[in-house]
Amino acid sequence: MTSREHTNREYEQELRKLREQVLRMGAKVEEIISGSIKALLERDTVLATRMIAFDRKINQMEVDIDELCMLILARRQPVASDLRFITMALKLVTDLERIGDLGVNISERVMELNEEPQLKPYVDLPRMADEVQAMLREALDAFVAGDPDRAQAVIERDQTVDAYYTQVFRELLTYMMEDTHNIYRATRLQSIAKYLERIGDHATNLAEMVVFMVKGKDIRHTGKLEGESAGG
Amino acid sequence: MTANAAPAQGAPPSRFARAGRNKVGDIALTVASGAAILMVLLILAVILGDVVLHGAPRLSLKFFFTAPQQGMTEGGIFPALIGTLAMVLLMTVAVVPVGVATAIYLREYAPPASLLTRGVRIAVANLAGVPSIVFGLFGLGFFVQFVGGGLDRVFHAGARVWGQPALLWASLTMAVLTLPVVIVATEEALRAVPRELREASLALGATKFQTVLYVVLPQAVPGILTGTILAVSRGAGEVAPILFTGVAYFLPNLPRSLHDQFMHLGNHIYVLSTQSPDVDATRPLLYGTVLALLLLTFVLNLSAVVVRAKMRRRFAGGAQ
Amino acid sequence: MSPPSVTSQDRNQDRNQDRPTKLAVRDLSVFYGEKRALAPMTMDIPEKHVTALIGPSGCGKSTYLRSLNRMNELIPSCRVTGDVRLDGEPIYGPGIDPVVVRRRIGMVFQRSNPFPKSIFENVAYGLRIGGMKSREDIAGRVERALSQAALWSEVKERLQDSALGLSGGQQQRLCIARALAVEPEVLLMDEPASALDPIATAHIEELIDELSHDYTVVIVTHNMQQAARVSDWTAFFYMGELVEYDRTNNIFTKPSKSKTEDYITGRFG
Repeated sequence: MTSREHTNREYEQELRKLREQVLRMGAKVEEIISGSIKALLERDTVLATRMIAFDRKINQMEVDIDELCMLILARRQPVASDLRFITMALKLVTDLERIGDLGVNISERVMELNEEPQLKPYVDLPRMADEVQAMLREALDAFVAGDPDRAQAVIERDQTVDAYYTQVFRELLTYMMEDTHNIYRATRLQSIAKYLERIGDHATNLAEMVVFMVKGKDIRHTGKLEGESAGG
Repeated sequence: MTANAAPAQGAPPSRFARAGRNKVGDIALTVASGAAILMVLLILAVILGDVVLHGAPRLSLKFFFTAPQQGMTEGGIFPALIGTLAMVLLMTVAVVPVGVATAIYLREYAPPASLLTRGVRIAVANLAGVPSIVFGLFGLGFFVQFVGGGLDRVFHAGARVWGQPALLWASLTMAVLTLPVVIVATEEALRAVPRELREASLALGATKFQTVLYVVLPQAVPGILTGTILAVSRGAGEVAPILFTGVAYFLPNLPRSLHDQFMHLGNHIYVLSTQSPDVDATRPLLYGTVLALLLLTFVLNLSAVVVRAKMRRRFAGGAQ
Repeated sequence: MSPPSVTSQDRNQDRNQDRPTKLAVRDLSVFYGEKRALAPMTMDIPEKHVTALIGPSGCGKSTYLRSLNRMNELIPSCRVTGDVRLDGEPIYGPGIDPVVVRRRIGMVFQRSNPFPKSIFENVAYGLRIGGMKSREDIAGRVERALSQAALWSEVKERLQDSALGLSGGQQQRLCIARALAVEPEVLLMDEPASALDPIATAHIEELIDELSHDYTVVIVTHNMQQAARVSDWTAFFYMGELVEYDRTNNIFTKPSKSKTEDYITGRFG
């Protein structure tokens, strides 16, 4: 990304504002995820309720950012890196909003889980959650820094998350088969694991978009940056 | 434009009212330039008025078509008129091709900073400043004696046919006199043709010659014509250069060939006012001749204006 | 650039196909007296596509354009080095007549410059000086050129009227028709729409798109959006140098050179 500024100051400010808003939304989403996980691990219903309320705020942020992008597209006819940034911002924000929804879903399941005693000590779920949160944070940091290599690293971590999910699912399956009273809680836990896995996928999407934004190479759906040879 | 209503009682004056100082300047300038115009018109009126008053009664078809009689105390100006017209015609035929061609060369073909170009330009400028009597001496020495004398030696075995004042030499001398005017007018007309038109023509694969012939010249014709007519009208009135080169103060016959002498309106005026045996009888004829010459000049100038306007209208179809 | 033939009718797809080179420029450099206006540049201009030249004022794009049809020579102190070939034949060199070159490579200028003649005579001018005599032939070519320039229906009832009575946009289309009448292979356009209002500009852009099916078009423009809309290939000039030359789609979404990026995004200080 070039470090020079636009001759038109207003344009420069609009772009800066857009970046800030995207980051703020990212931070909020991170907050929802970590809050929901904490609510799960500490069986904190109050915290879970608070996280659910955040959903409205996230949705509003998405709307605001979409509006700002429309405005810039109409007024400035951006090209090259600016164009990539704005079109990706539009998509980033969709993924962020989904992640937020998933965090809210986690909190909803937590509230249901807290109606009964804890099924089992949570071992893999927290590890999975850590991994996924780290991916999200790294993707957003890569966005800020314009660093395609960090983004690429995030993409590679998705396999770990998938592996965790398979493990958790198998384990919960045995619990369900053991005793029908476990089914209620086990299915809730499996849902949470599924949500985490999907959060990981969305974080991977974010990372792929960062790569496109910086390099102009579209690596979505292939996941890999081919060397500077063919393509494009 | 005056202010509409007077400001209401006690209301502050409008900010759009004129400042006093500017107004005085405007008025002073209007008055001064008006006075100057009036003065010019007055002088013109006095000169013309006198001539028209005394000359108009003499003008008649008979005046134009009769030769001077009884020692210039009666008759008309017919031979002088014919002589003037003949000389002017020959002069035009001589000067236009040479002048236009020179201007085209200078403007279109000559490398801009070359020695030749600069030399020609300086020569033209100086030529324009030479006093007309000097042209007369030049005409005498070069055309009459050198060229004419040479022709006589070659074709007439020394008899004096060409080596004396003649219509041809006078016309050529006048052509040299008016050459700078034609060259400059043509150059200006060529310069006025926008570069874009030449570029358009060349970009279509035209040669420079085709561009000059089909695009530049047609566009420049009004200017060239105007310049030519102005040159001609000046030439019609000049007397000094033709004094030694072809004009005679009285001839019984009209000139029949190029090596004959001729009478000239301008010269006739001089003759009437200085050589007349009876000044009082000649005076009305004098006024008439002067008026005739003025009319001729006026008609020529007017036609220059008309031609220019007409050609402008023909070329400009819209915004130009 | 490999020369497969294009069968697709879709314009967008067509833009990404390769075409044979029409004008091959090699180490072209232009001097005015001692001052160098264009650094040696090499470029292949594809056939029957639109190539746009963009860059800030004074960057040399108009000088470059005029070198392609030898109009630069009209300036006495101008000197051109290097090589330009049309279909492999050089257009510079001893014994090569610029007049003939200009019949094959036509030009349309920034300000429309119709001759002060009738509409018909304007378009017929190039034909007449080229030696065409038959009235039917000339009339036929004039009609065809005016149709190609999308002007025929507007002027067919008044071909003998003065060309100067047309509107600005019509005059420019007339100049295009005039250039097309001699059936050049390449059409050079120096900011053809910069003096026109948006609607007239849109017509000209539409026309350029149509023309590029039959002619190779090279257009200089200072309006980047126009270059993006109209061209298949774009060359970015800066201070007399060719900075980047690539497909328009690439230049405007992911240019390789940061100078190009700076210019087209408006980051020039």
